[in-house]
Amino acid sequence: MNTETIKKEVNKAVKTERISGSEAIIRCLIAEGVDILYGYPGGAIMPVYDELFKYRDKIHHVLTRHEQGAAHAAQGYARISGRVGVAMATSGPGATNLITGIADAQIDSTPIVCITGQVPSHLLGTDAFQETDIVGISTPVTKWNVQVTKASEIPEAIAKAFYIAKSGRPGPVLIDITKDAQFEEFDFKYEKCTGVRSYKPIPKTDINQVKAAAALINNAKKPLIVWGQGVILGKAEEELKAVVEKSGVPAAWTILGASAIPTSHPLNVGMVGMHGNYAPNKLTNECDVLIAIGMRFDDRVTGSLDTYAKQAKIIHFDIDPAEINKNVKVHIAVLGDSKDSLAMLLSELKENSHKAWHQEFKDLYEIEYNAVIKNDLLPEKEGLTMGEVLKEINIYSNGDAAIVSDVGQHQMIACRYAKFNQSKSNITSGGLGTMGFALPAAIGAKMAEPHREVVAIIGDGGYQMNIQELGTIFQQKAAVKIVVLNNEFLGMVRQWQQLFFDKRYASTEMTNPDFVTIAKGYSINGKRVTKREELADAVKEMMASKSSYFLEVCVEKEDNVFPMIPSGASVSDIRLS
Amino acid sequence: MSQEVKTFTISVYTENNIGLLNRISAIFQRRHINIESLTTSQSEIKDVNRFVIVVKITEEQAIKVVGQIEKQVEAIRAYYHTNDETIFTESCMFKIKSDLLFEEPQIQNIIKDSDSRIVTVNREFFVLEKSGRRFEIEELREKLEVYGIMQFVRSGRIAVTKDEMKVSELLEEFKNQ
Repeated sequence: MNTETIKKEVNKAVKTERISGSEAIIRCLIAEGVDILYGYPGGAIMPVYDELFKYRDKIHHVLTRHEQGAAHAAQGYARISGRVGVAMATSGPGATNLITGIADAQIDSTPIVCITGQVPSHLLGTDAFQETDIVGISTPVTKWNVQVTKASEIPEAIAKAFYIAKSGRPGPVLIDITKDAQFEEFDFKYEKCTGVRSYKPIPKTDINQVKAAAALINNAKKPLIVWGQGVILGKAEEELKAVVEKSGVPAAWTILGASAIPTSHPLNVGMVGMHGNYAPNKLTNECDVLIAIGMRFDDRVTGSLDTYAKQAKIIHFDIDPAEINKNVKVHIAVLGDSKDSLAMLLSELKENSHKAWHQEFKDLYEIEYNAVIKNDLLPEKEGLTMGEVLKEINIYSNGDAAIVSDVGQHQMIACRYAKFNQSKSNITSGGLGTMGFALPAAIGAKMAEPHREVVAIIGDGGYQMNIQELGTIFQQKAAVKIVVLNNEFLGMVRQWQQLFFDKRYASTEMTNPDFVTIAKGYSINGKRVTKREELADAVKEMMASKSSYFLEVCVEKEDNVFPMIPSGASVSDIRLS
Repeated sequence: MSQEVKTFTISVYTENNIGLLNRISAIFQRRHINIESLTTSQSEIKDVNRFVIVVKITEEQAIKVVGQIEKQVEAIRAYYHTNDETIFTESCMFKIKSDLLFEEPQIQNIIKDSDSRIVTVNREFFVLEKSGRRFEIEELREKLEVYGIMQFVRSGRIAVTKDEMKVSELLEEFKNQ
């Protein structure tokens, strides 16, 4: 052998290394830039945990108290940072417990990678202990999933998983790895995935469609923009702001689009949807051109489709071709990444201010202010409102906090009233409406961006759906601020019972424990507020706290969230009381 | 767009992947669409599979379903076509007692007239195979039913389209991206 061939042989040996499948999993995660993962060990994933122990200085594993918590924490991590969240669980119940978080990530387009252990391949299909067909179960709620039974398949599967999770319209991916593949040794080599033959994540933007859209917008008398999370996922906040400012078009947002443009921006006209603001909902049926950007015309946004924006020409910007004409027939579709398509749009737009049209929004805001907002934020009645808690939080957060909300009345109040200065600050379960989301998601968010203030706003119902994650906060010393707005009811369901079921409060009343004592049990400092005069100081104390803090506010039991578009009604029929 | 419910043939070109059948059938199941037939096979392109799915839906539904199918990572391209836009066939097999061949001379005429083919004959039974349109198969089944059929089975539709489906070009495009 000459020196050249020896060199070649040595190089080859350096490039590949003989390691176990489980070590390969950790090495792949590190190569993908994963610094934190959330999970729960168990039989079929133990070899991976053994490797995690060896690599514990490079990758931080967070032991949640339930696998659902791990999935939501991974979501929170992804939503605040834009990076891929990672959750890990064992086979069987460990894997099935991830499903709610995976389904939530699917409908809210959140990039997460879930790794589940699986029984050894020779036991597959034998009803082995903790065997479940998690690939079958997760198929309808994942963007992609795969089962790996050989160690040599691990690097490619993980590379593909990260690529698919974060590219195009993001989503959850699950990799199920049999225990024998975790033990098996093979020649390891990792290459990042840069493309999958059959998968086209970003459709090309057609400049002619952009020009047609711009022509409509330039000639519109009453145009309205409704943007969604696609703007945040596409990192197109600046482009959107520029489009809005140049065109002068009033811009409203869906719940997941919140914070892409600061709430205080003069052209930001508020939230659309069932409990959104009065003006953008009403005026959806008055506008002549509706420009939907990175949103999907969810039924909670549109109300009755038969009466939704029928008078308007509709333009739809989206990255996902399957969203075009899915719910609402559009006149112009602009496919592509919002960052590119909005930049292209910007250069075609004429400057305008639409002053008279803006005045219509202001007039309707006045009506909403007097009928709803004033009573929410500056109540004259004795009982505390959820709105005034948000108002206090805004004072101390200055709009810089990330607000993680759960699902229900408090969520609508949080999204309506929270001030946001920066993008990726409103973290909530939108499409799936998963109670129990906020506490673990807040942990994930805080750990992803420790420099940011993270305030979880949760109802007394949802809080108790994943209350065990207080243990994770305790162990990780995650400085999450927890606000429970306690009305001793499953408030949103109660509201519907009051309005649509003749006040038959079936199973919505809750007898709650002493939440402050429970928090204390986890060494989390806390306070319970029952009177208005105690509120400001308590919020101030919470916001000033360097560590996690628990604040329970006992609010009016039977307050309702308004405005409201009753389910199936038209956006025009939005009610103020 | 027509709201009329019609028979559509959905052709899907896919990577060869274990889980994909589940993903594709789930798209129909979720929308409460009954799959009349589903056939998968190798396509004209190496390592690319082809699904032929027959459903009775409106054109609007067909467009949406095709969109959802194409969204799947391992689906290369999906198309929908009406009956007029495809050339399609089904095939079927009959297992019949061999005695009947000799006892009922009429059967031999039926076989001859129907353009079917005897696949095998033994002392107990013979197997008849026919491919063609559904009505032709039904006609044959009705005629033979009189004499007794031991087993009958019919395949799903297979179809080629009159128009070109430019999947090879598409794959080239993907490669060059």
